[in-house]
Amino acid sequence: MEGIVFAIVSVTVIGIVCAVMLAVASKVMAVKEDERFPAVRECLPGANCGACGYAGCDGYAHALVEGEGVKTNLCVPGADNVSRKLSELLGVAFEDVVEKVAVIKCRGDCSVTSEKMDYQGIESCKAAKLLFGGTGKCSFGCMGLGDCAAVCPNNAICLENGIAHVNTRLCIGCGMCASVCPNKLITIMPDIEKVIVTCSNTEKGAVTRKECTHGCIACKKCEKECPVGAVTVVDNLARIDYDKCTNCGHCAEVCPTHCIVKGDFSGIHRMDQE
Amino acid sequence: MEGIIHLDFRGIIILLMSAVFVNNYVLQKFLGICSFLGVSKKLDQATGMSIAVIFVMMLSTAVTWPIQYYLLNPHGLGYLQTIVFILVIAALVQLVEIVLKKYIPALHSAMGIYLPLITTNCAVLAVTILNVDKQYDFLASMVNALGSGLGYFLAMVMFSGVRSRMESEETPKAFEGLPILLVAASIVSVSFFGFAGVIENLFG
Repeated sequence: MEGIVFAIVSVTVIGIVCAVMLAVASKVMAVKEDERFPAVRECLPGANCGACGYAGCDGYAHALVEGEGVKTNLCVPGADNVSRKLSELLGVAFEDVVEKVAVIKCRGDCSVTSEKMDYQGIESCKAAKLLFGGTGKCSFGCMGLGDCAAVCPNNAICLENGIAHVNTRLCIGCGMCASVCPNKLITIMPDIEKVIVTCSNTEKGAVTRKECTHGCIACKKCEKECPVGAVTVVDNLARIDYDKCTNCGHCAEVCPTHCIVKGDFSGIHRMDQE
Repeated sequence: MEGIIHLDFRGIIILLMSAVFVNNYVLQKFLGICSFLGVSKKLDQATGMSIAVIFVMMLSTAVTWPIQYYLLNPHGLGYLQTIVFILVIAALVQLVEIVLKKYIPALHSAMGIYLPLITTNCAVLAVTILNVDKQYDFLASMVNALGSGLGYFLAMVMFSGVRSRMESEETPKAFEGLPILLVAASIVSVSFFGFAGVIENLFG
């Protein structure tokens, strides 16, 4: 009995000595941190999404405090509010944040395409992709297993009819979904745009058509009809140059497979302003 | 203090060399693999990590050896070795980090994230415990710690070279990333088996 007590006491004493030593050391030898750092860090949303290009919110706050000329408008999830607060804190000019949303470039749900296998493996797109290039007939399309929905910090992505949908009204534009999609279907685009191509298949038109009736068959009708020449078909897939696009939506009207879609994709920040 | 082995100069040299080559902690004892695979991507990172490991190994040996022989053994608490060592090493590394941050910021930023990483590195704990198990005296323990650290350094630098070559090669899809890394590590490890017996024969 005595032995146990002695052992417990001695380990406790060693622990306390270490703790006191560390506590004293951290007080005595504290390095002054820039006092603006906690304030700057407080402004940031804390999602640690990496949309700013730094390693988490701490990394961005450090860069803002220490680095010269680091822009205050890099936090997409924080949008204008955060940018304004940061500019005030650091005494630099306010810069508008381009609010962004995630869009999924596939609308191949159960009604227009089908599975090529009865997949019963791990419920993860990344795993399914390793097996013969994915579960769907179209190997470019959404497999609907929800890797993106799982990482979304704001529950903006839901799974319906076998594919993922983004509720742009909840999307903060952090881009975490885009980085996990094994088919690279998700793009982060400015939320003021109204027209998107909802297909990523770069196979020839006839092949695409057999796989999915919603897919881009590269008929080039959009390219010919676009009044400003913003749409081009490259690698059998229509692509929109948003620098030229006027959001007239003419391409969406003429698209025979309706894979170009006109809609409202304004994100969560736009809703705050309204 | 009985049963402690005192080594002569030749014994020390053999101990040092065999700690580096024959009993390499990473490649022969398979300790510290996580940092070995994690930080060996670039040569400068590998070097920084290894220097930090050498430093911490020697420091923790210098502290844990007296604790074992002057505190634990006389009171019959030898069985508390593991928990006390972990506690002391962790606190020590934290302390060193605080001191470095204050007085040598350049070194602190160079060692950077590696110091806290090493806090719970099994190779460090293994060195201190094996020094006691093998009953080395203080000098031999320090030499063994130095040799083990150097062995870690050697493994890291070599493997970062292997990795930089692998990066430019095309890997079969199924082997990409960690699988090919583990295969490469095992081949490097096997190559180190060639040292077995060499050191004893060379100096013995």
